[in-house]
Amino acid sequence: MMEDFNSETDSDYTSYWRDWFISSRGNEYFCEIDEEYLTDRFNLTGLNTEVAYYQYALDLVTDVFDLDADDDLREQIEKSARHLYGLIHARYIVTTRGLAKMVDKYKKGDFGKCPRVMCEGQPLLPMGQHDIANMSTVRLYCAKCEDLYNPKSSRHASIDGAYFGASFPSMLFQVYPGLAPEKSITRYEPRIYGFRVHAAAALARWQDQYREDMKARLRDVGMEAKYVEDEEVDDEEDDDDEDQILDSKERVVGDAVSGSMDLGI
Amino acid sequence: MSSSEGAPESWISSFCSLMGHEFFAEVSEDFIEDDFNLTGLQSQVPMYKEALEMILDVEPEEDEDEEEDEEEEEDDDEILGDEKPPGYRRAGDRRHARVASDLSVIESSAELLYGLIHQRYITSRPGIQQMLEKYEMQHFGVCPRVYCNGCKVLPVGRSDTPGQETVKLFCPSCQDLYTPPNSRFHSVDGAFFGTTFGCLFFMTFPDLDIGPRLDNSFVSPRSSSVNNQGLANVPPAHQPAEINGMRTANFCPGLGPGKIYESRIYGFRVSERSRTGPRMKWLRMRPTDVGELDEMARYEATHREGNNDGDTEMGAAPAGGAQNAAIARRKKAPMRRRRYNPDQMSINGAEAG
Repeated sequence: MMEDFNSETDSDYTSYWRDWFISSRGNEYFCEIDEEYLTDRFNLTGLNTEVAYYQYALDLVTDVFDLDADDDLREQIEKSARHLYGLIHARYIVTTRGLAKMVDKYKKGDFGKCPRVMCEGQPLLPMGQHDIANMSTVRLYCAKCEDLYNPKSSRHASIDGAYFGASFPSMLFQVYPGLAPEKSITRYEPRIYGFRVHAAAALARWQDQYREDMKARLRDVGMEAKYVEDEEVDDEEDDDDEDQILDSKERVVGDAVSGSMDLGI
Repeated sequence: MSSSEGAPESWISSFCSLMGHEFFAEVSEDFIEDDFNLTGLQSQVPMYKEALEMILDVEPEEDEDEEEDEEEEEDDDEILGDEKPPGYRRAGDRRHARVASDLSVIESSAELLYGLIHQRYITSRPGIQQMLEKYEMQHFGVCPRVYCNGCKVLPVGRSDTPGQETVKLFCPSCQDLYTPPNSRFHSVDGAFFGTTFGCLFFMTFPDLDIGPRLDNSFVSPRSSSVNNQGLANVPPAHQPAEINGMRTANFCPGLGPGKIYESRIYGFRVSERSRTGPRMKWLRMRPTDVGELDEMARYEATHREGNNDGDTEMGAAPAGGAQNAAIARRKKAPMRRRRYNPDQMSINGAEAG
């Protein structure tokens, strides 16, 4: 049944199209979708309007493709199959089984490490900014700094973000809250000859206040926003420390007083 | 890395053309020859004199025989790793007279010394200018953060002491530090760029446009409208041209409402009250009204409104209503403009050179 397909596509063709797909270069972010999930038509609701040659593409993905097509057509079907696989993938990875597979990949660091220095190599998760195809390419979400990064390799930079979906990382941490890394308040402080720079330092103080406001808000509803630094006994010298927030406020007051003297008051 | 036989490369240019050394500027010989610029380095670098000679291509002795040359070449290769381009070896040709083991020590000393000189050079006027050219040609890459829209980054160190950390990339758009994507930079010492350079660079060239470079096309109207979430993204009308000594337009354009990732499931934001709700928004937050960062003005405002009891300086002074009005007026006036004149700056003793 598979013979003609075999001869056409790839020489090191393994037994299934999906195996070939997820093991080909550039598709490292994808996990393998269960046969069961693929064959349940409910899971594919609405996709027939999204994908050209839907039925052939689905046959190809599920390894029952049996059409004597010419090369052009075969190529198009192949392309459709990849697109279809991506769209199903976005749905699959928010299911229990799909999440578990992606968690494994996450733990292995298959999606790369956060480029932010202060995140200290936190593993990333792929996601899209949109659920609609052809809107944006795949992004990488860092759970430590809660920010999005572009993949560093160009072969990943062309993958459609819709193949992972905008809900995936949030869903993953809802289901596996224990996997969420501890957040840190450490930040980079630009300095010139050891002196902090006013603009950056003022913004940092403002951001610290913003964070304190959030913590207060959460405390009001009986929740605690935890940061790594809260648990450590901080040494007093570090300006970033939580217990220093009050001090720094006093310092701001002091600065402002001297500032007002500049104005001649 | 061209292997033109005719003109032998200087040590400096061959060093800078090595794989992984793309971030380095070529320090001018004038700068190195000025002893003032090298103050204190003698104690940090072993075989200082020889290393300096090597950097400046000063030949201690004349040619000897060819055989020894070839041996040295091979030794060089083994010790220094195999990725050295041919130009590098040819530069090595000119240092025949030394014993091979000696050579490798001097070579690594020369690299260390060059790095330390480089750290000083790029904060000097000609050096920072050279780095500006490299920056504008995007030699250092772009910020990996999605909301920074491909803002160009600058190589910096987290320490000024060599051997501590490798080179990092500073993004002016989010004021954060990133690891270079290419692993060949993971062995370059951050101290060779230093902690001062990144910030000094953007203060030296305050008009450098660091705003969005790529198309904003990835933000569809739909998502940007959802992102508003009741926060007014449009800043109030009277934004000062400068805030705390920086151009407002160039002050962290990658931060603030709308430039922050929002955790969503099927389009619904994950609540702050969720156990895994957002906790790091502060890191990428910036006030919509940058006037909020003018701490002095804010202090005065709160002081005026909330405190007339005389327990601070303001109260001690005869604080009449007229004076309060005057403060309010002054507060609304645009910030005192500080002129950045690159010609007036005198950095790191560079002027002495």
